[in-house]
Amino acid sequence: MLLNIPLTQYLFYFLSFVALLCGLMVVFSKNPVHSVLYLVLTFFAIAGHYILLNAQFLAIVHIVVYAGAIMVLFLFVIMLLNLNHDSEPHKNMLLKGAAVLAGGLLLMVLTGSLKGAETLAMHQPLNTQVGLIKNLGTVLFKDFLFPFEISSILLLGAMVGAVMIGKKEIK
Amino acid sequence: MNASNTPFDYFPLILMFIVAAGFVVFTMVVTHWLGPKRKTKIKLDTFECGIESKGNARVPFSIKYFLVAILFVLFDVEVIFMYPWAVNFKELGALGIIEMFSFIALLLVGFYYIIAKKALTWED
Repeated sequence: MLLNIPLTQYLFYFLSFVALLCGLMVVFSKNPVHSVLYLVLTFFAIAGHYILLNAQFLAIVHIVVYAGAIMVLFLFVIMLLNLNHDSEPHKNMLLKGAAVLAGGLLLMVLTGSLKGAETLAMHQPLNTQVGLIKNLGTVLFKDFLFPFEISSILLLGAMVGAVMIGKKEIK
Repeated sequence: MNASNTPFDYFPLILMFIVAAGFVVFTMVVTHWLGPKRKTKIKLDTFECGIESKGNARVPFSIKYFLVAILFVLFDVEVIFMYPWAVNFKELGALGIIEMFSFIALLLVGFYYIIAKKALTWED
């Protein structure tokens, strides 16, 4: 197995390179459809990372839900907008400021969550089987039971919101 | 699921992806290389079923499609939560059933709302 270690590292660097490059292209490409396609590539690279972390279930879910379903929804939204004339409505400084603020807050949340993961990794060092579906289920339905039940409320809220916004009242 | 589960057990899968992508690239390159090319204005024209195209493809479409798609994704996520539950079904026991059923019950409330609002009926 010693021969495998460099290969994993090469794969890690390759996948990271693809993920970062495509992530940057999502931001920089002018055409929104191209942005979505680059985002699909980013998701595939991240799914590759999941497989490297020995979390095959998460990798498959990532491809099926994110690269499959959610990206299709993104494309739907882009198609719902009128893209005939290359209008750029987001030139407002106030909007840009709000976007920077929201992005910064998201970064803060992500950094905070990574801090929690660090201590979790210190408690269980060198367990390569942690990402498998069986261990995932044990953790999800015992330690993270409350967030799991809360997520159903999140899904319920999303359902009600989608119906509220997207459905006109039938008289 | 055996104990020595490593990412390298999935090497055949990677091989399959490489072969699949390679086949696509190979056939596309070869057809462009072998096929004759006669580029006239009529041949390069956009057409659909032999009828001349009018306007362009970027036409905003009805939100009904989006509504169905997003509701599908929400229930899709719900089903994905069932996989780890099903694998651990025996270990979790009765508590697991209560957990999952309360989860499903909340989503059934949403499903009832969708049905009551007639969000899935396809009118006009």
